[in-house]
Amino acid sequence: MRRKNWYARLGGVLTVAMLAFAVTGFFWTPYEPTAFDATSKYAPPSLAHPFGCDQMGRDILSRTLEGAGSTLVIALAVLVIGFGLGLLIGSLCGYFGGALDALVMRVCDALAAFPSVLLALVVLAVIGPGKYNVIGALGVLFVPSYARQVRGEFLKFRDRDFVRSAQLMGVPKWRILYVHILPNTWPVLLSGLTIGFNNAVLAEASMSYLSIGVTAPDVSLGRMLNEAQSVWFTAPWCMLGPALVVVLTILGVSMLGEGLRERMRA
Amino acid sequence: MMKTLAKRLLLLVGTLLLVTILAFVAFSIIPGDPTSSILGVEATADQVAALREKLGLDLPIWQRYLHWLGGLLTGNLGESYNYAMPVGQLLSTCISYTATLAVMSFVLIVVISLPLGILAARYEGGVVDRVLTVLNQITMSVPNFVAGLLLVYVFGLVLRLFQPGAIVTPAMGWGSFLGYMFFPALAVALPRSAMTVKLLRGSILSELGQDYIRTAYSKGNSKTSALWRHVLRNAMIPVVTFLAMTVADIMAGSIVVEQVFGIPGLGKMLVTSIGNRDYPVVQVIVLLIATIVVVSNFAADLLYRVMDPRLRGR
Repeated sequence: MRRKNWYARLGGVLTVAMLAFAVTGFFWTPYEPTAFDATSKYAPPSLAHPFGCDQMGRDILSRTLEGAGSTLVIALAVLVIGFGLGLLIGSLCGYFGGALDALVMRVCDALAAFPSVLLALVVLAVIGPGKYNVIGALGVLFVPSYARQVRGEFLKFRDRDFVRSAQLMGVPKWRILYVHILPNTWPVLLSGLTIGFNNAVLAEASMSYLSIGVTAPDVSLGRMLNEAQSVWFTAPWCMLGPALVVVLTILGVSMLGEGLRERMRA
Repeated sequence: MMKTLAKRLLLLVGTLLLVTILAFVAFSIIPGDPTSSILGVEATADQVAALREKLGLDLPIWQRYLHWLGGLLTGNLGESYNYAMPVGQLLSTCISYTATLAVMSFVLIVVISLPLGILAARYEGGVVDRVLTVLNQITMSVPNFVAGLLLVYVFGLVLRLFQPGAIVTPAMGWGSFLGYMFFPALAVALPRSAMTVKLLRGSILSELGQDYIRTAYSKGNSKTSALWRHVLRNAMIPVVTFLAMTVADIMAGSIVVEQVFGIPGLGKMLVTSIGNRDYPVVQVIVLLIATIVVVSNFAADLLYRVMDPRLRGR
């Protein structure tokens, strides 16, 4: 028990630190992320440039800060769309059941069998790359898995006594769904959200790395890794910043989720 | 059992048909016409009309779909816009790379994760277990393409065990080809291995707490013999299902990792063709990968039934 508390706490600290890092990027970066500087081309890491500089003399720390911010925004937007629609569909299916529920869940099962990166790749191949297309494609593709999770939870509570008594008292349906049942499902859904967040970060980074995700003026961690690969022989440090931020973020959030799950079980 | 098998098979065929429809429709509703990318903007209306007729674009969509489906079934996969060669011929070289990568990754996952998972569970709470748990948590957090980039840097650029970007073909000897594929396969396998270790450890530990294991102990079994004789068979059920579903994950992983190592496989061709808007190629690759995913999920479901008799007939 003590060890698991430690787990959640370390995960929480790491998550907050990475969030703070990404949010900082919105307000402040040590240099202008897009500023060229001929004197610091290929500069290795130093006190002035902790993560070094790239082939155009751009400061990698500044770019990482901005990229982390944009990756965070994309991941959160994906969760809002995916979880929002998933909650709506899952709660209705779980509570009311019936033929529509069976049909919707069949479709969700079929979609959930495919890795989300693969589906997103196909969708982006059709609608083209770009920040908003990435958000839209991933958001919609996250709906089935959340719909299934939410449905399962709502199904569990549907026939409980407190729901029955609310029904007898004539509480409106929407109120039963979102005021009476929803709060009970948070523990399970929260850990689902941590997993979804990591998947979103991972998917965005993979797609931008393949240059079918976020496109030029926008910076993202995946795009930075893609650019870093082209100067790999001369400036291997270009990879360090963005790679470290991706790994630490996923590590922190997954430890937090793990800790939450353990706490629920206890 | 036969009845369920037949039902499942029917479902499998239905799903595959649905996938072909989706793959066809998705790439047919894209605005813009392939004729403009083939002929350029200065083509005359007559040239465009002639090419549209040649490509069959003047037919209604359902006729084009049936034509395409018929072609797929008879081995005619269509023609690439960009390379002006049959898609089948174009992909036949790619497939050997991706298939090797996928098989090697799968073998690596099994070889890495089974011993480690059993070891961690056997000595639960000990030093080995704790070190593995920490290592596992970290490995799970490194995306496969980041792992690939790290491997290229450490083993390719610093230790010079291989030359990044150089392509080794199967024709250059199987030894060097498998060596060439080792690091990419490792990059795909690492995160998934960590997940498998965690699942196997948890599964063994929960079986160890069951009543039948207490009975096994009371009959004089040591922990090790109870583990090998009684626990493993049951503990492997969820793991085997997970491994079958891993195939889908490996396919997704290889798309990205092929890019990292510059392997001319299906994934690299897919990404290149998306960039070139070469949809006949994209369609076939998507269909191919989707088929592998659907079939491996089908296998996972079957294996689950074979390994757990309680589920048979359901």
